[in-house]
Amino acid sequence: MSDQPTNVSTQFDRVPETAADRTVEGRATRAEILDWFEERFGIEPAVFDSYTFWERGAGKIWAFAGDLTSPVDIEGLGMTALRTRQEHWKPTLEAVQRFGHHATKNRLHLTESRAKQFMAGEDQAIEWDGDWGYLIVTHDLAGEPEPIGVGLFTYGELRSMVPKGRRREL
Amino acid sequence: MTVLERYEPLIDDVEAFYEACERPLPSAVRVNTIKTTVERGKVALDDAGIDYEETDWLPGLLRLPEDQPGANWPYVHGWLHGQEEVSALPATVLAPQPGERVWDACAAPGSKTSQLAALMDDRGLLVATDNNMGRVSALRSNTERLGVTNLALTVEDARNHSLKPFDGAAYDRALVDVPCSCEGTIRKNADVLDEWNYEQVQGTAGVQKGILRRAIQATREGGTVVYSTCTFAPEENEGVLDYVLEEEDCRVVPFEIGLEAAPGITEWDDDHLDEPMAFDDSVTHAKRIYPHLNDTGGFFCAKLEVTG
Repeated sequence: MSDQPTNVSTQFDRVPETAADRTVEGRATRAEILDWFEERFGIEPAVFDSYTFWERGAGKIWAFAGDLTSPVDIEGLGMTALRTRQEHWKPTLEAVQRFGHHATKNRLHLTESRAKQFMAGEDQAIEWDGDWGYLIVTHDLAGEPEPIGVGLFTYGELRSMVPKGRRREL
Repeated sequence: MTVLERYEPLIDDVEAFYEACERPLPSAVRVNTIKTTVERGKVALDDAGIDYEETDWLPGLLRLPEDQPGANWPYVHGWLHGQEEVSALPATVLAPQPGERVWDACAAPGSKTSQLAALMDDRGLLVATDNNMGRVSALRSNTERLGVTNLALTVEDARNHSLKPFDGAAYDRALVDVPCSCEGTIRKNADVLDEWNYEQVQGTAGVQKGILRRAIQATREGGTVVYSTCTFAPEENEGVLDYVLEEEDCRVVPFEIGLEAAPGITEWDDDHLDEPMAFDDSVTHAKRIYPHLNDTGGFFCAKLEVTG
């Protein structure tokens, strides 16, 4: 057995700044998280200047608007923002609703009827010239585009990633 | 004697009180300013065809004259949160500021927690505690939908709340909205009186005293603690304040709100008591809100300053 630190799934560990600071294998770093939001969605790192990122549960990254001494053995810290430790990282609906208005790319805007299908959890055929993979899906609310959640685009189809408990028939 | 008859001597207009208790409670929503503005929240309600009236005491708290609306866009975006009008009072009185350290001692299901976060502009540290894991998942679901990110959540008995995970520093403010006998919720839950018994009032008051004491201890000198309940029982209201005034370094301070209210009482007698209870004069700074005064649920709210 190695003495390497491992991920403890019941406590919050602040993610390391960079790969050079990493002690827990496979843990995302702050630099990687900021790069990912910028590369995937064009969300500038400055948006997260006042945030710290924490892992609790394998691959689950939480964004907290403050700082505490790591580790923190409590039940919740900020909001779940991102799923890592898998090939394609996936943002949460909550993070997309909270930070998605800063996105400048891989944003897909839906008409009202398509937005309702998406919120109900339905998949739909759609034309999209951009990247495949996870997209920030928006629609107009109070006259401006507003992020609803995460869609997965592959082979001409937009799959709704709205979690079952959040789906609604509107 | 019914449970409510017990409180008749405290009430100015008993007939209006009973009439109000029998009417269903009007629905209300609070616009969540973490995710939108009050103006845009109102536009989204207009677009969804949902009628509302503004309350005259709290911007962004809206009454819905029709029944509770079903699912709608502003709700799924976390722009709105259904919250009974009078329950928006204690967070308003606590008035936390962005960047402060704040404790919500009995947080689930999170209506007041998310209101505190909004008042803080989602900045600073908001620690939310509850002892019931099931209710905590409702809290988490609400705060995530509402986009709260300055929240740290602990599951523990608030009487034994530990500051250790939070670098040991005291809070600037604490909200103590305790579990109680809940007669004030009769307009949404008529069964609440069936479960009422005096032994439970006494037991609950013991827990309330313990939680309020812990909140005062965990708050810095000069900091603010707000104590609130939805019961009319003086044992759980003025009686708890009187106890902590004896035991902890604090004082009850006056506050203004735009709601009709009666002052806290200094004397109380009842068949259940061997002798009348007397409370410190300063508990008159607390406010008793009866359902007929503002067409809301019943409520009790006190503001304390920590002096040591």
